[in-house]
Amino acid sequence: MNLCFLSTNITSFVTDPLSHEFMRKALLMSSLVAAVCGFLSSYLTLKGWALMGDAVSHSVMPGVVVAYALGLPFSLGAFIFGVGSVALIGFVKQKSRVKEDTVIGLVFTGFFALGIVLVSKIKSNIDLHSILFGSPLGISLSDVKQTVFISLLVVMLLSVFRKDLILYCFDPRHAKTVGINVLFLHYLLLTCLSLAAVVGLQTVGIVLVVAMLITPGATAYLLTDRFDNMTIIAVISAIISSVFGIYLSFWFDLETGGSIVLVQTFIFLFAFLFAPRYGIFKFKKLFSNY
Amino acid sequence: MDKLNYKSYRIEAENICVDYHGKVALYDANLRLKAGQICGLVGMNGAGKTTFFNALTGFVNISKGKIRINGESLKIAQQDQAIAYVPQSEGIDCQFPVSVWDVVMMGRYGSMNILRSPRESDIQAVKDAIDRVDLMELSSIPIGNLSGGQRKRTFLARAIAQRASILLLDEPFAGVDIRTEKLISELFIQFKNEGKTILLSTHDMIHVREFCDLVLLINKTVVAYGETSEVFTPENITSTFGGMSPDVSFGPES
Ligand SMILES: Nc1ncnc2c1ncn2[C@@H]1O[C@H](COP(=O)(O)OP(=O)(O)OP(=O)(O)O)[C@@H](O)[C@H]1O
Ligand SMILES: [Mg+2]
Repeated sequence: MNLCFLSTNITSFVTDPLSHEFMRKALLMSSLVAAVCGFLSSYLTLKGWALMGDAVSHSVMPGVVVAYALGLPFSLGAFIFGVGSVALIGFVKQKSRVKEDTVIGLVFTGFFALGIVLVSKIKSNIDLHSILFGSPLGISLSDVKQTVFISLLVVMLLSVFRKDLILYCFDPRHAKTVGINVLFLHYLLLTCLSLAAVVGLQTVGIVLVVAMLITPGATAYLLTDRFDNMTIIAVISAIISSVFGIYLSFWFDLETGGSIVLVQTFIFLFAFLFAPRYGIFKFKKLFSNY
Repeated sequence: MDKLNYKSYRIEAENICVDYHGKVALYDANLRLKAGQICGLVGMNGAGKTTFFNALTGFVNISKGKIRINGESLKIAQQDQAIAYVPQSEGIDCQFPVSVWDVVMMGRYGSMNILRSPRESDIQAVKDAIDRVDLMELSSIPIGNLSGGQRKRTFLARAIAQRASILLLDEPFAGVDIRTEKLISELFIQFKNEGKTILLSTHDMIHVREFCDLVLLINKTVVAYGETSEVFTPENITSTFGGMSPDVSFGPES
């Protein structure tokens, strides 16, 4: 009897939110975005581009504001500023003796500040809160179209150039010696990073989007020694996090973006503690080698 | 005639200079190598050995001078798969999640289609290469689980799989045991007989005497260059190492 009650409870825990149109859309879109960011995260964590991810995602802020003000697709503005920040970082680094991480920090905070100032100046219907912290529950139809298009583009680029990008992250010098265009791959990865940041910021917002771009990859890195498996694990853990995060936020009335990232962080912690080979408590004997 | 003369050199570096953000690491360096020659690159830590390799692989831009590979520009040489490079172990992330097979296959990428999907011939080349360095049993192991010497052999196999005519090896003997050392030096002799050109850096003077036809002593610039028997003298070595004579090198005279 009790058991029966419990099971209906659990079923309604899962199904109730699905009766809302906005929840179904949020779950679908967030999963898509999470999958794309998770896919990319396996490259970024291996390349050591966490800070770069943070920089790009913050730098898109003024682009989003300007695009909204001009009535352009927000992804366009975001992309231009994302790529622009990267170009500027490269330029300043080359022309001055300031160290790279300093340049990165300097440029992205500058862009971010510009974005905040712009929001306060352009009194339009821009919702600062949803830009900063995401609003997966309020995605509009045009946002859906943009997100789907960009997601497919990123997945396609990452798939076509998959092996070259792995080589680029692993040993760019060898890539160069065998005649592969390393500069192209560098900018390709940066472009994908900007695009993923653009779609990611809708679900978790500018402040937390970097988590979508590195945490799944870092989790997967603890669990496997194969790049292919790493990508699969990263994508799956990212999707689980966003679905679970959205449910949590629905039932307990939590900030959605924060919930998603928090679940990701918990999954990472779990891997950090219990990963068979690289966790703190190694359960090597329980699992096979890899 | 002039052109033909050019062609007879596999590697030709003329007065090359490299600086990192204005700090000079290598200047006025010259090198000419032909087919079937093995040249040892000797110098102390920070002398610019890796920098020399960086210049020859095009990984850093030279600020002055000229590099010709088979009489052509570096770019063409890269596209022709003329140069294979075996990195110093410090230069790579050995925790990267790829297997021995994956790494050796990377040697074939330059001659594959854009998706880098291996053909039968690529698979065969990879198998042969792994076989030559005696790593067949370990071919599916992630490189993070290999010993330093096994990792060295993996990268050597990648160079073999590439089937380049020029091999550049940055400290191929660092941290390997006697068995691997023997395997690698035997491979070098085979490469030489196959007509490959080899430039390798090493801190081990015995190896230089053993199988290097030529030796290039550097300390930010060329201290001495020529036939090993003529150039590899205690005086030259002492001046290369800034007045210090590395005594290990002059144990039993051969
Ligand atoms: N990427 C870099 N950026 C700045 N300086 C560098 C860089 N790489 C090398 N250098 C500097 O150039 C000089 C030559 O370094 P290089 O790595 O070529 O020496 P090496 O002969 O290979 O030494 P080792 O025997 O330790 O490998 C050193 O003083 C080093 O500090
Ligand atoms: Mg070196």
